[in-house]
Amino acid sequence: MTTLPIAVVGASAAGITAAEALRRAGWDGPLTLIGDEPHLPYDRPPLSKQLLHGAWEPAKLLLRTEEQLAPLDLDLRLGTRATGLDVATRTLTLDGGERLACAGVIIATGVAARTLPAADGLAGVFTLRTLDDALALRDRLSEGARRLVVVGNGVLGCEAAAVARELGHEVTLVGREPVPMAVAVGAGIGELLAEEHRARGVRLVTGEVAEFETVADGSAARVGGVRLADGSLHPADLVLLAIGSEPAVGWLADPALDTADGLGCDAYCAAAPGIYAAGDVARWEHPGHGRPLRFEHRMNATEQAMAAARNLVAELTAEGVVATAEGTEPQERRPFAPVPYFWSDQYGLKLQAYGLTSGADEVETTVLDGEARRAVALYGRDGLAVGVLACALPPRQIRALRAVVATPVPWEEARDRVRAATATG
Amino acid sequence: MKITLDADKCCAAGQCVLVAPEVFDQRDEDGVVVLLDAEPPAAQHAAVREAAAICPAAVIEVQE
Repeated sequence: MTTLPIAVVGASAAGITAAEALRRAGWDGPLTLIGDEPHLPYDRPPLSKQLLHGAWEPAKLLLRTEEQLAPLDLDLRLGTRATGLDVATRTLTLDGGERLACAGVIIATGVAARTLPAADGLAGVFTLRTLDDALALRDRLSEGARRLVVVGNGVLGCEAAAVARELGHEVTLVGREPVPMAVAVGAGIGELLAEEHRARGVRLVTGEVAEFETVADGSAARVGGVRLADGSLHPADLVLLAIGSEPAVGWLADPALDTADGLGCDAYCAAAPGIYAAGDVARWEHPGHGRPLRFEHRMNATEQAMAAARNLVAELTAEGVVATAEGTEPQERRPFAPVPYFWSDQYGLKLQAYGLTSGADEVETTVLDGEARRAVALYGRDGLAVGVLACALPPRQIRALRAVVATPVPWEEARDRVRAATATG
Repeated sequence: MKITLDADKCCAAGQCVLVAPEVFDQRDEDGVVVLLDAEPPAAQHAAVREAAAICPAAVIEVQE
């Protein structure tokens, strides 16, 4: 029996879930959880919602209390960054120089917020990925009425814009695409959201950032406005960059790994023998969709972490590293084939989507009630329905819609089933 | 097994209802979780553990 640990790199939702799932799957050897932030594992979706708003304090975001972590018997390394991985020997290098030889590794390093070079060192410009990011922006928003320019009209930008408007700030939402969230959910739902943002008083602007106007603030430079490529100037006390993210794979230089868009994995979430990945960083071959997919969705972090952990333990069992409990059959590795799910909260509206909503070649949006912004959208690709989205619909209808796209079905059949699912109030 | 909820954190994903419909439901008006059975029978325990593990808002706490 080995005394080598399994290491989970990344201590957010996917990382802590992987650690728990490893224990449930029978790993009773050493278990190391490595996180680059100093905080205990916390939840990210509330950062752009309840935390930014001030409705919740950071303690409410903790995914596990100290008492809940204790039974996992973790070697918990917070404030620690992995800087390298030798795939053949499953050996991690940590930022202090330590080398950690492992029985197996689960990589859950997530993504990092994209920034703009012009914003480097400029006070008043924020990103929103970590708890510290969110608290810093919240502090500035609490100082009084501010002019906030949100650069990027994807999910994060839209959610932050909604919160800032609810707090009474003057908000401009700038997107390269004229319709918010169009890339994620299509133009029909995007237009519905645009109407809501406009009705709430958000200014929607289309364009690309050319440069930041600065004002002197003592010896430092502070942002004073955002100039777009068309020459227009949008005065700002604060700027939030919500322009997407980059998978945190920069530390993975081993040529045995494919890091073209996140860490490439097979259908079992394996990147290499004994090396698995989960969450925002993981791109894997979804067996139901026949192409590589990568999701930055909260639900996927949890589900994929459970799958990766189970499959790693199954692999180590097959290698003889993990003993099979007496009288039980060894677990086999299983392909990871979830029904993807994401949600977004903006003002009082809740969007919930199952399956694939981006990359569709056909989208049918049905507005059921324009005033209440109640709508459903169906997403198709190659003649099959692959995704569905509900805006402000009751839970029973939403669960019925999920069943429509649980596996890809012919487009016409799916349309009929969506109509039936949303026909009654 | 005893289940407790922090329903204030619920994001209305409804995953618990999909996994364990005899133990969890959702309010019609906002989708927030409703606990149907705080001490479910043994036949439900595996499903409840699964529901607690996948809940994307970490709402469900299970004491065994």
